[in-house]
Amino acid sequence: MDVVNQLQRQFIDYSASLHREGFLDDQFTQLQKLQDDNSPDFVVEVASLFFEDCEKLINNMARALEQQQGVDFKQVDASVHQLKGSSSSIGAMRVKDVCIAFRSFCEAQNREGCLRCLQQVTHEYSLLKNKLQTLFRLQQQILAAGGSIPVVE
Amino acid sequence: MSGNGASSSSLNMISGEDVVNNNLTALVVDDSPLLRLLHEIHLKKYGLKVQVAENGKVAVDLFHLGASFDLVLMDKEMPVMNGVEATKELRAMGVTSMIVGVTSKDGPGEQQAFMEAGLDYCFEKPLTPEIISILLEELNKHNKKD
Repeated sequence: MDVVNQLQRQFIDYSASLHREGFLDDQFTQLQKLQDDNSPDFVVEVASLFFEDCEKLINNMARALEQQQGVDFKQVDASVHQLKGSSSSIGAMRVKDVCIAFRSFCEAQNREGCLRCLQQVTHEYSLLKNKLQTLFRLQQQILAAGGSIPVVE
Repeated sequence: MSGNGASSSSLNMISGEDVVNNNLTALVVDDSPLLRLLHEIHLKKYGLKVQVAENGKVAVDLFHLGASFDLVLMDKEMPVMNGVEATKELRAMGVTSMIVGVTSKDGPGEQQAFMEAGLDYCFEKPLTPEIISILLEELNKHNKKD
């Protein structure tokens, strides 16, 4: 029981830090509340779809921005727009915020600005992926120890 | 309040915590697998039977094949057939389902253009549990009148 309490405490503290540092917003909490016995892996499934989305869209953006003869900024913007939507849906606040700035550079057809944003969004995505994977590992440890996952408001 | 083209601001803000209906059906139309899953789980929580479609053409084809849904959640930007085109086509077919547009927060005219295609309501994505429960309240009231 003590082990479960410790793990739950770690989970709560880690979740709180992700919110405090701006990695996640309330939308992620709403996702956690949707998880129940009928959909026990819902949050992990949503996160996996988000990771797939991110990787595909970041690759699309990179390819479009590599075009030396002429960047199709509408194509870049379309990918950023999708990524912004996905990141909003999962509560990935820092990724979403970079997308907002990224779209401005697309609109201004500023390739250098876009490249900087691409670098930033790649960095933020990697950070978030690592942190969510840590969070999910903690969840697994709690469940393996016979405990339940606390929902952090 | 009901009927095509009503604005989102005309909804009554009724508490919908206990709106659970096992008779309603919904179609989630979105090219994002993440958004499809998200909205599907949201709606299933309220007891709806949910199908998904990855673009507007798939949604229109479902209706052509005789499917019917009480509620359609329609994304705006989709390949093959976007939400505006799909909504226009569904209304032209005589579909009277509640069609709710889901958009990103971009451009002042984005929601207006989508509403004019024949939506009942239009909201920013993702839909929150509060908005979903309000929509279901409206749907239940609308169905009781029929």
